[in-house]
Amino acid sequence: MSLVSIRDVRKSFGELEVLKGVSLEVAKGDVVAIIGRSGSGKSTLLRCINGLETYQAGSILADGIEVGGLHANLRELRRHVGMVFQQFNLFPHLTVAENVMLAQTVVNKTPKKEARDTAAEVLAKVGLSEKMDAWPSQLSGGQQQRVAIARSLAMRPKVLLCDEITSALDPELVNEVLRVVEQLAKEGMTLILVTHEMRFARDVGTNLVFMHHGKVHETGAPKEVFAAPKTPELQQFVAGTGH
Amino acid sequence: MTYKLQFAELLPYWDVLLQGLIFTIILTLVSTAAGIAVGTAGASLRTFGPKWAGAIVTTYVELIRNTPFIVQLFFIFFGLPAAGVMLSETTAAFLAMTINLGAYSTEIIRAGIQAVPKGHVDAGVSLAMTKWEVLRHIILNQAFRKIYPALSSQIIIVMLGSAVVSQISAQDLTYAANFVASRNFRNFEVYLLAALAYLLLAMLTRSLLRGLGRVIFKAK
Repeated sequence: MSLVSIRDVRKSFGELEVLKGVSLEVAKGDVVAIIGRSGSGKSTLLRCINGLETYQAGSILADGIEVGGLHANLRELRRHVGMVFQQFNLFPHLTVAENVMLAQTVVNKTPKKEARDTAAEVLAKVGLSEKMDAWPSQLSGGQQQRVAIARSLAMRPKVLLCDEITSALDPELVNEVLRVVEQLAKEGMTLILVTHEMRFARDVGTNLVFMHHGKVHETGAPKEVFAAPKTPELQQFVAGTGH
Repeated sequence: MTYKLQFAELLPYWDVLLQGLIFTIILTLVSTAAGIAVGTAGASLRTFGPKWAGAIVTTYVELIRNTPFIVQLFFIFFGLPAAGVMLSETTAAFLAMTINLGAYSTEIIRAGIQAVPKGHVDAGVSLAMTKWEVLRHIILNQAFRKIYPALSSQIIIVMLGSAVVSQISAQDLTYAANFVASRNFRNFEVYLLAALAYLLLAMLTRSLLRGLGRVIFKAK
């Protein structure tokens, strides 16, 4: 059974239809890499999966919870679907540890001590144990993004959505973040990534999704799709990215 | 100029003037606390609340910002009794100042909330927090940090503006000064003294608020 099941989803911003009937099945342990030009609907699709955006037609089931609709239990859904953003979005008034502890204590009512233990554990996983009591402003972009990943992991999500998480980073900081994501993939975390890192999509992804004009244009195993793109649009896109 | 300054003539009234000063300080403290609470609620509703609540807040803010404080005060003290609401001059003074600061601070705090990157709301909500939890734990703290200087200035404006409550005979510093002047006719001395007291109070408030800000917002 699919962990995330997207069926014929349509989404418009006013007159502009951004998603024109997208369907996608994601099984437990999948690492789905979504690629495509800007404006193709990649990020919007990702934001629909945890209810940050509403959609007008179709259905999305994440961990058995219907995302759309008036009575969607978004709080329950988001406990299981984490998200990491391009702009890190660390809370600057809280230390690294407090950033990671906040949702645990507020949402799950976890006692402070236990929340701090969890914070220590997930920060160790992203290689930032020694930064627990640092302020976000004291960290590099790569470190901030790793904290953002740890902050999501602290909620023990079943799926992690990553929205172009390396796009705001200086080139030399990209790899430290990708290594963390790769490690998560190895441990069996289900990941849906919107990415411009083609090599990463090919080497780490289990499924590749090429979006074009608000639709899934081509999909398959990354290595095969990259080696022999079937549609001219993907051929052009792959050539254009210098891959 | 043949006028001789005679501050000694104020001495018999020192207790009246001191009581007035204390009343002004208490009036400012209480209505500042209440006004900021109103402003926080107003700004929160206007940015995070339903449309209809935002519309009510907007009406309130525009009503207060576009009418003179003294008219608001007179309406509460002299006008409301016609509608069966009788308030003592002290209560009316507290209420008028709270409502007044509430409106101005709503606008100030709203600006602070809007200055927090929208991505922080997305991040908080994605961590399964409700938008009210996001507001409370993530947004307001950052917002207050950004608008603290503006809010401090507004508090001092309200403190100085409180002199107006003497017009409904709430017994503040200005009321005390009026009282003394009407007794010994030493207008020059008594209003000079009152002015100095307001000046000192304003400067003291400013540095206290600055110190308080350093303690509250010590983090980066």
